[in-house]
Amino acid sequence: MYVLLFALGALIALTVVFGAILGFASVKFKVKADPLVEQIDNLLPQTQCGQCGYPGCKPYAEAIANGDDINKCPPGGESTIKQLADLMGVDAKPLDSAHGQEDVKKVAFIREDECIGCTKCIQACPVDAIMGASKVMHTVIIDECTGCDLCVEPCPVDCIDMVPLTDTNWKWDALAISVKNIN
Amino acid sequence: MHSELSLIEQVKSGKLWDIPGGIHPPERKSLSNSTKIDIIPLSPFYYVPIKQHIGNEGKLLVKVGEQVLTGQPLTDAIEGLSLPVHAPTSGVIKDITPHVSAHPSGKPEITIVIESDHKDTVFTTKPIKNWQTSEAASLTKHIQSMGVAGLGGAAFPTYVKTNPTKDIKLLIINGVECEPYITADDVLMRYFANEITQGINILQHMVQPELVVIAIEDNKPEAIEAIKLAVKDQDTIEVRVIPTKYPSGGEKQLIEIVTGQEVPSKSIPADIGIVMQNIGTCFAIKEAVIDGKALIHRVVTVTGESISRPQNLWVKLGTPISDLLTHCGLVAEQDQRLIMGGPMMGFNIMDTMMPVVKSTNCILAPSEYNLPSFGVEQACIRCSLCSDACPVNLLPQQMLWYSKAKDHEKLEEYNLADCIECGVCSYVCPSQIPLVQYYRSSKVEIKQEKEDKIKSDKAKERFETRQLRLERDKQARLLKHKESADKRKKALEKDGNAKDKIAAALARAKAKKASTGETAPISADAQTTNTQDKVAAAIARAKAKKQAQADSETTATVSSESQDSEVGSAEAVEAKSAEQIKKDKIAATVARAKAKKLKQAAENKEQGESN
Repeated sequence: MYVLLFALGALIALTVVFGAILGFASVKFKVKADPLVEQIDNLLPQTQCGQCGYPGCKPYAEAIANGDDINKCPPGGESTIKQLADLMGVDAKPLDSAHGQEDVKKVAFIREDECIGCTKCIQACPVDAIMGASKVMHTVIIDECTGCDLCVEPCPVDCIDMVPLTDTNWKWDALAISVKNIN
Repeated sequence: MHSELSLIEQVKSGKLWDIPGGIHPPERKSLSNSTKIDIIPLSPFYYVPIKQHIGNEGKLLVKVGEQVLTGQPLTDAIEGLSLPVHAPTSGVIKDITPHVSAHPSGKPEITIVIESDHKDTVFTTKPIKNWQTSEAASLTKHIQSMGVAGLGGAAFPTYVKTNPTKDIKLLIINGVECEPYITADDVLMRYFANEITQGINILQHMVQPELVVIAIEDNKPEAIEAIKLAVKDQDTIEVRVIPTKYPSGGEKQLIEIVTGQEVPSKSIPADIGIVMQNIGTCFAIKEAVIDGKALIHRVVTVTGESISRPQNLWVKLGTPISDLLTHCGLVAEQDQRLIMGGPMMGFNIMDTMMPVVKSTNCILAPSEYNLPSFGVEQACIRCSLCSDACPVNLLPQQMLWYSKAKDHEKLEEYNLADCIECGVCSYVCPSQIPLVQYYRSSKVEIKQEKEDKIKSDKAKERFETRQLRLERDKQARLLKHKESADKRKKALEKDGNAKDKIAAALARAKAKKASTGETAPISADAQTTNTQDKVAAAIARAKAKKQAQADSETTATVSSESQDSEVGSAEAVEAKSAEQIKKDKIAATVARAKAKKLKQAAENKEQGESN
């Protein structure tokens, strides 16, 4: 009987001690952000275009972490879907065409003599890539523009074009040039 | 310090090391190295790309229609890694336009087109005759302004290498020229050994190395003889004859052969106290400093079995390749291939209007019999011939696997960045896999991916900062509202009568409502008449004002006209037209906006209907 009580007492003591340690650790070493969301967000292209149906890449990352489909990001395209599939441990699936098609990279371009200076595009830009003030001409900072398309719709005079970006890096076609064997 | 000393001592002892792998392809150099360097007649047009080197293109100095002289700078070097280009001959600038570039893609690049006047009038530039006493910094600046770039193939701006930030012990002059068919450096050494030596002396003065080694492959006995004769009186310059093997001429490979030291991955030779220059570059430095001549020509080997007179030529930069082929007599066979560079590292020329640039050392027109096209790619049989032959000890078969799978992380783990693209792996592959092309495209993909990552990180940061700012503004607005509400509340509490006042005001309002409700029909009538009167009055006022303005304007114009009638009226017309333009613009803008609204409305309607 005594042995039983002793064992019981010891176990209870251990439970209390470890419980205290775990409790302390959960408070002290608490991870604030969800690391998974952070990881997913890093894979997304950060165009902040909202084509996925969420207001930006981070909200979509949160949605994916909560079980949403991984194929709603047209700017990221197949490669992003593949990376997301690897991260989430699910099968890669083709891009959901309801959210748009994978397209060449584009940037917004304001036809400056037609701009009336209404600032509507500035308010729409998710990355503050449009310069300008009320009643003066606006212009797009090409290096900051993510090509999200969001400024085109609000423009009352339709003076914003999406211009395809020319690649500075030429992609070698693996078979176009052959290094020849000399016999 | 001790090891550095022993490095020079070891090099002086004449010992040579070996590189891993490598191949011995047929040399075919005798085709083109038996004649002196000829000069090609002037072409009617020259195409000078404004960027012919690694780095940034310079700023344009000339306009279309301008007259230029031979050697006149066409661009000016800008900040950072940059070199100018110079007019290869005198003539008129016909155009500045995108033209097919000397690049495997042929992607059009901004090119200055010069129509030759066939006089070749020389632009006077100052040589630095007393270079022995000049400071290295001024010489470096001069070499940059003369547009000198590495002529071995990469066209890296030479002024960067002549101005090393680290202490240089050893200067290696690369006369190896290990690629088959090419003999440009070979003949340059044979016939211009003294000029090359002068260039080396200038480099010695600038870089201050303890020792200079000129490395030449043993398949060029005439060149070795000529160089040995030229440097026989100089005890700080040694000629080192190295065994023939491809790719001994690679920068890091030659350093390994001469010194036994490996340049670590991701570092440059200067990090271990070594600088390397090409034979052709030494000649260009001599011309720039002693003769004051900008880099506007170079030796180009035009060779191959389909060329009837294979030879080396002094070619002005910007000469279209078609002129070289005509001069040397191309007898094209069916599906004739043309290659810029050698058979190992060169690329197919897609358009013979492609110009000769600073990095062009060879134009090759081989016959299909001697240099057969690549066959159909077969599956990798894991024979490991490629990894045995690789001069940088990479694992080409693994990298092929990851390159096909686009696994960039793994590729970097296997040190793809250290691949020198020498083509040895493709040469030995029994399955005819164009391995090096896979690596080239993967390298570009990795570069692109890195650039995209930087951009997306920036976009993320900007997006998050914007969200923070919007939130902060919102909070500030809320706070302001709350504060003013509190103020009102406090004011109410302070004023004891306020409540009564409000009550009284409410009562008055109620009473008024009740009374107007009773007399509504009459007062409404009265109000309308009242407003009508008001509107009429306002219109009358506006009309009167306009009249008055018009009157004053006419008097103003009259008075100004009396002073200078013509100018005055002209100004008036101008002002009017400017106003008109502005009005038109506004009208156009409004029209566009209206059109957009209509379109949207129509679309909405359509959608509604379809729904």
